[in-house]
Amino acid sequence: MTPAREPILTRIRTGLGRPGSSEPDTLAAGLSALPRGYRTCANLPARLREELFIERLRDYGVEVATVPASTVAGAAAVRLAARQARSIVFPAGFPAAWLPGEFNMLEGDLLRPEELDRVDAVLTGCTVAIAETGTIVLQTGPAQGPRRLSLIPDYHLCIVQASQLVQTVPEALEKLDPTATLPTTFISGPSATSDIEMTRVRGVHGPRALEVILTGAQEESPRLDEAV
Amino acid sequence: MTASFPAAARELLRNAQLRRNVAHATDVIRHKRDRVVEEREDWQELRDAGSAIRQHVLENLDSYLLQFEEACSAAGGQVHWARDAAEANRIALAILSSREVREVIKIKSMTTEEIGLNAALEARGISAIETDLAELIVQLGHDVPSHIVVPALHKNRQQIRELFLREMGLDQLGDTAEDLTAAARAWLRRRFLTARAAISGANFLIAETGGVAIVESEGNGRMCLTLPPLLITIAGIEKVIPSFRDLEVFLQTLPRSATGERMNPYNSIWTGTTGADGPQEFHVILLDNGRSRILADSESRQTLKCIRCGACQNVCPVYRQTGGHAYGSVYGGPIGAILTPQLHNLEQGASLPYASSLCGACYEVCPVKIDIPEVLIHLRSEIVAREQHTIGGMLGPWNLGMQAAARIFASGERMETAQKLGRAIQRPFAGTSGTIESLPFLLSGWTQSRDLRPIPQESFRAWWARRGKEES
Repeated sequence: MTPAREPILTRIRTGLGRPGSSEPDTLAAGLSALPRGYRTCANLPARLREELFIERLRDYGVEVATVPASTVAGAAAVRLAARQARSIVFPAGFPAAWLPGEFNMLEGDLLRPEELDRVDAVLTGCTVAIAETGTIVLQTGPAQGPRRLSLIPDYHLCIVQASQLVQTVPEALEKLDPTATLPTTFISGPSATSDIEMTRVRGVHGPRALEVILTGAQEESPRLDEAV
Repeated sequence: MTASFPAAARELLRNAQLRRNVAHATDVIRHKRDRVVEEREDWQELRDAGSAIRQHVLENLDSYLLQFEEACSAAGGQVHWARDAAEANRIALAILSSREVREVIKIKSMTTEEIGLNAALEARGISAIETDLAELIVQLGHDVPSHIVVPALHKNRQQIRELFLREMGLDQLGDTAEDLTAAARAWLRRRFLTARAAISGANFLIAETGGVAIVESEGNGRMCLTLPPLLITIAGIEKVIPSFRDLEVFLQTLPRSATGERMNPYNSIWTGTTGADGPQEFHVILLDNGRSRILADSESRQTLKCIRCGACQNVCPVYRQTGGHAYGSVYGGPIGAILTPQLHNLEQGASLPYASSLCGACYEVCPVKIDIPEVLIHLRSEIVAREQHTIGGMLGPWNLGMQAAARIFASGERMETAQKLGRAIQRPFAGTSGTIESLPFLLSGWTQSRDLRPIPQESFRAWWARRGKEES
């Protein structure tokens, strides 16, 4: 099936000037000896980390509400109403307490792409969020669904718990490492392009709008709650 | 065969529109990049780490490829190996043909451009639809990319509007970037929902997990990776990184270098196949196509550290004047000037290593610290050495001139004689500006792109000798 495999490996080894592969121990030793002087841990207290996350999200044009856990459903309702969303989906395993009761909501994991194309909005949780880059990370599984769920509907509302928020990219990779083989999507703002005359346009093929509800934060300001 | 760089550049320099677009795009990205790079105090440490990881991978490439193959296969992926472009295209065609696929959607991929995949598919009746907005513009216009990250930067809004009206069969269309983007969204949405196969490149292959990572902005990548039941990824063998956590370096350096963002909108990482999420069938084609030969040259091996961010293009004083098309290859700019000739074993693109002033700006911004000027000089010497092995090259004016110059510079007496001779014959050529702008015959090549200072009436050596006498 792959007649080129051995010839390519042989060419690589010949090029590197050795007959066979390196010993696994040598390889591991080489890898662990590499310089890693960049910052790998946080240096901000929780409150500043949350402020940074909100600021970075707003940089991408993402609205953020910070609310106590008890009012997540209410805050979500406000945002969905503002978007005039009628058909709304959520992933299996999404906490019932976060579901706004007054909407027609459907668990969407088994919906086909063309069915999701007729949906107005999707609510999800996340696995990790990164303050420095304003990123939410979703992995296939409970409260996050299969990848198409957070891709096809035009509006994505993501609930982030403050305990899921880290400051730096290396901290996020460390938290994701145990589940590294799950399909993983880093989302930083709504889909965008600058392909035409370098003019930034928000909303290309992914959701044209992304909003975040941050819950359990040190300082709660139900700004978006009151916005409507 | 494409024109040499000087010939292509001369043509493109006359295109004022193109030069304005290139200057604007590269300026915008440069400034955004500088801002998000400056805020990272550990930027140099991130560059050091990125460089060291990539170098370590190249020195152990066989081991990491085997690790990737094993992990990817265990996760349900099928791994293929291709020695060259033709073999990679054949493998992709065989997979698509056996499943009777007539249409594939594609994620922007320099690698598939390199191997001419679209043309190979078309020849067998399979249409390949580019889904990245810029690539779609390039494809609909039967054009070629002019930049690694923003391939359609040479086209302006009016040109794109006309193209979309004609190729998408639309009756009316506005000319704002928003209008044009919305048109592409609508045109592609149905194709995303119905496509039976997708083809992607890869930003990173993760040896430890068998995962593949793709970095993008528009969401067209996510559509291609998750909706069609069949996915084929074509990746150069150098794209592998050791572990999942090594992404912590490249996910910080790549977006900042490529688009000047702290993070690009979407990064997707997937490993083999995963039940009902994503394709049921997943293939990876590992492409050599000249890379193992580059690896064998320890001086230019570092070329393969490249993560395709395009930062070197945006700062290059040559690229900024000519744009990418002058390089006659899918890879333009400084990285193209070293990568293209090497991929073709110096048989194509031999003029490219000279398309540089060696200012070193490319090295300064490179997130994996490829010393491009060093490789350029190395390739120049390779090209000269190879030329000298041909009769024409050996007896050519360039070689004879350089050999003569080497002899003259090697001896003070010969140098003095040559200067005297030069002083005598330069008079008719020195212009009013005090410089020689054009030399005749065989020497005209030298003044084609530079002015020459005339030989002064008194050389330093003569002045020094006179000064010694006057003082004593």
